[in-house]
Amino acid sequence: MTKKLKIIVLAKQVPDTRNVGKDAMKADGTVNRAVLPAIFNPEDLNALEMALRVKDKNPNAEITVLTMGPGRAAEIIREGLYRGADRGFLLTDRKFAGSDTLATSYAISCAVKKLGEFDLIFGGRQAIDGDTAQVGPQAAEKLGIPQITYAEETLEVTNNSITVKRRLERGTETVKATFPVLITVTGSAADCRARNAKFVMKYKHARTISELADAAEDYIALKTKRPYLQIDELSVADVQADDTFLGLSGSPTKVKAIENVVFIAKDAKVLSNANEEIEELMKELIANHTIG
Amino acid sequence: MKNILVYCEFEDGLIGDVSLELLSKGRKLANQLNCRLEAAIIGANLKGVEKQVFPYGTDVIYMAEDARLEHFLNLPHSAILQHIIRENNPQIVLFGATSVGRDIAPRVASALRCGLTADCTSLEIGDHYEKKSDTTYKDLLYQIRPAFGGNIVATIINPEMHPQMATVREGVMKKEIVDANFKGKIVKVETEKILNDTDFVVKIIERHLEKSKVNIKNSGIIIAGGYGVGSKENFNLLFELAALLGGEVGGSRAAVDAGYIEHERQIGQTGVTVRPKLYIACGISGAIQHTAGMNESAMIISINNDPHAPINQIADYVINGEIADVVPKMIKFYKKNSK
Repeated sequence: MTKKLKIIVLAKQVPDTRNVGKDAMKADGTVNRAVLPAIFNPEDLNALEMALRVKDKNPNAEITVLTMGPGRAAEIIREGLYRGADRGFLLTDRKFAGSDTLATSYAISCAVKKLGEFDLIFGGRQAIDGDTAQVGPQAAEKLGIPQITYAEETLEVTNNSITVKRRLERGTETVKATFPVLITVTGSAADCRARNAKFVMKYKHARTISELADAAEDYIALKTKRPYLQIDELSVADVQADDTFLGLSGSPTKVKAIENVVFIAKDAKVLSNANEEIEELMKELIANHTIG
Repeated sequence: MKNILVYCEFEDGLIGDVSLELLSKGRKLANQLNCRLEAAIIGANLKGVEKQVFPYGTDVIYMAEDARLEHFLNLPHSAILQHIIRENNPQIVLFGATSVGRDIAPRVASALRCGLTADCTSLEIGDHYEKKSDTTYKDLLYQIRPAFGGNIVATIINPEMHPQMATVREGVMKKEIVDANFKGKIVKVETEKILNDTDFVVKIIERHLEKSKVNIKNSGIIIAGGYGVGSKENFNLLFELAALLGGEVGGSRAAVDAGYIEHERQIGQTGVTVRPKLYIACGISGAIQHTAGMNESAMIISINNDPHAPINQIADYVINGEIADVVPKMIKFYKKNSK
């Protein structure tokens, strides 16, 4: 293949909702984000790996990581660079606050258009903080390109097409699409490779402009020598997005109410694991025809 | 009159179970809102399919039949569904939260610029008062779902940008036939006028779909394991107990993520919803995402080494102990006493 493939990976920094402790909720019922570690959304890592595998076979492919979030989400771009991505952009602006999936997909589609021509977009099927699986298909629609969801493996990439195996509830389906196409990747796809020591050395000082503002002067000198250490930030103005489609005003869904989960406790019978107690329980279940 | 539309999945001559469940819920909502229940069916060889759908009280079926639509493909199915929605302007559109529903719903919601709530565990009708604008919105769809790792339950509304769209997992709503002889109206959708060649740029090369081997949803006894089971080997104990009692084995999301058990057996908001007569929860702490999928079980036994596991609060019996210790005892004493 002679053509330079252009690949975008959509990745999100999420609070690790899988390991929520007792202090995850504040007394007022809101989420205490401060105590939850921020991680690379797991299925976005699968998506990054799928992109890297395309690049393995097409070394002149270029992978751009695009993430949307607050300043600290620059960490996602560094993680991408450490694993083999070529560059990254942080889409960040206060005007994004309160965006639901529709507003988010609009913002992402504006940023993708700003980045120019592309062949493939990979993203995780869903993020663990919402589990909606909506942003990928919504962004594809806004970009006017087809989507392939639930992708598990890339079978073939040619100059102008990709063949992908999808993982469905009851089996698999192989589909072929011509570029450009947006692909969402499931957690059953290959795990992402580890950081590459060479790339870690190269990019460990990569910073966004906001991060650099707080950096020492010798740091700025370093960046001038090595321009690849600058992670570009994109604002609403940079991607020419329309404010009314962003944030709360651009979000059709509203949260009407949030309730803490309160179980209405039943009066449970508590048993130990002593032989007699378990035998008694099994006898009771047999007697009342629950089992047997 | 603004109606309720259910997107019906259709494959191999059958309407998907989840779609029939949504029609059942849709019928109740339509009665409450005093509007019609409508269904959209898109596929090939649809002859006679209405017989599967009318008994759920479906007033109107929009039927889009085209040989090219035999298997689900995002672009043509989305184009047709958008057309049906634009023409008929429903107030609510419901989808199964399946690989098909979760593929088409966001695409259509984006094109129509309306809200979409994923994986609802409950749908209700209610009003909403917006303080800022001093406006009362009547009869909105309350889309209720656990959120944020199951630590909260959120009620989501779409006050302005309709239709209000939601996806619901299979098994969450109950399938209920209203009248076996119920007859509604069929409206044919002209696919030729809607579809373009460009809608077929993604091509299906191959399909390997099997009938589901696991039937957790309809099992009367479920032995479910969580992360606390600790290993794939310990899960074998659960399979042994299930085989003995004539039940099925299920798992929490944490157990599936840990690779202890396959995804097909996942119970909870992002898995299957079950209502067995006996549910034995082994090493499951009981996040609401899990309990949302099993709290209607007739009897719940929780086996856990943490006496304060949240699931114990909804259990009928709590056994404090290790899975590797308690489950073999249950097997032993069942064998001893069952004859």
